[in-house]
Amino acid sequence: MRTLNVIGTAYRATLEEQDDPVIWITRAMQGAGGEFDVLLQGNAVNYVTTGQHVPALAFGARRQSHAPALGDDVEALMSKGSTVYVVAEDLDSRGVHMDEVIPGISRIGRDSVPRVFQSYDRVWRW
Amino acid sequence: MSKRTTLTFALMDAPFESARTTTAMRMIDVATRRGYDVNIFAYEGAVGLSFAHQKRHANAVHGRDADQEDHPLTREWVVALLEQAAQTGGRLDWVNCGLCCDERGALDHVPGVRRGSPADFWRMASSSDNTLVIATR
Repeated sequence: MRTLNVIGTAYRATLEEQDDPVIWITRAMQGAGGEFDVLLQGNAVNYVTTGQHVPALAFGARRQSHAPALGDDVEALMSKGSTVYVVAEDLDSRGVHMDEVIPGISRIGRDSVPRVFQSYDRVWRW
Repeated sequence: MSKRTTLTFALMDAPFESARTTTAMRMIDVATRRGYDVNIFAYEGAVGLSFAHQKRHANAVHGRDADQEDHPLTREWVVALLEQAAQTGGRLDWVNCGLCCDERGALDHVPGVRRGSPADFWRMASSSDNTLVIATR
């Protein structure tokens, strides 16, 4: 059963969770044997940009280690066989060029999204 | 004999913050009334839905004491749904994401709810007729 996880809401507690919770659960279920791909749209397309850097978080004397590394998490997904799609128009409207994007990302037009959906047994919009 | 319908829901919203929670409960209610097998995976803030220490409160703005206010508690809804599923011959398997419980200190839950992981969600979805994700926005 192939499942496509669609992520449009970005940075949902990424600092508290040290990751995106949907990318995380996708990797966890991938580890349990599931076949998952991911489609990023809206602000979530920023997850595939290179050069992301999250500065260390500190409140008072409490310094937080292990900031989220969303690009690394996306690459880890792909290294286990997942396809990661991004909606081209959402990249373009944010001024993100393909030379600023992690290699191996599948860029698709918004009008191709329904066709991509049809190629999966399950589509879950998170 | 036809196979019983099995549905899985992934919930993500914390209680008392979004109408999506009530909508999800309405769908679970219909499914359990029909005797379906229903799986719930409560992820992130949704683990609070079954938290055992939810308490009623009075509401001075409404001018009612705690008994009069009869404030809704999602833990009671969860119990009611578990009981309904048992009465209609269906099954309601409510699984909380264990790590999500730990990070929130939400360790005490109503009876009938169990602790699990994303692997449970994957297994439940794999054996279901359909799965609906109701995520936080």
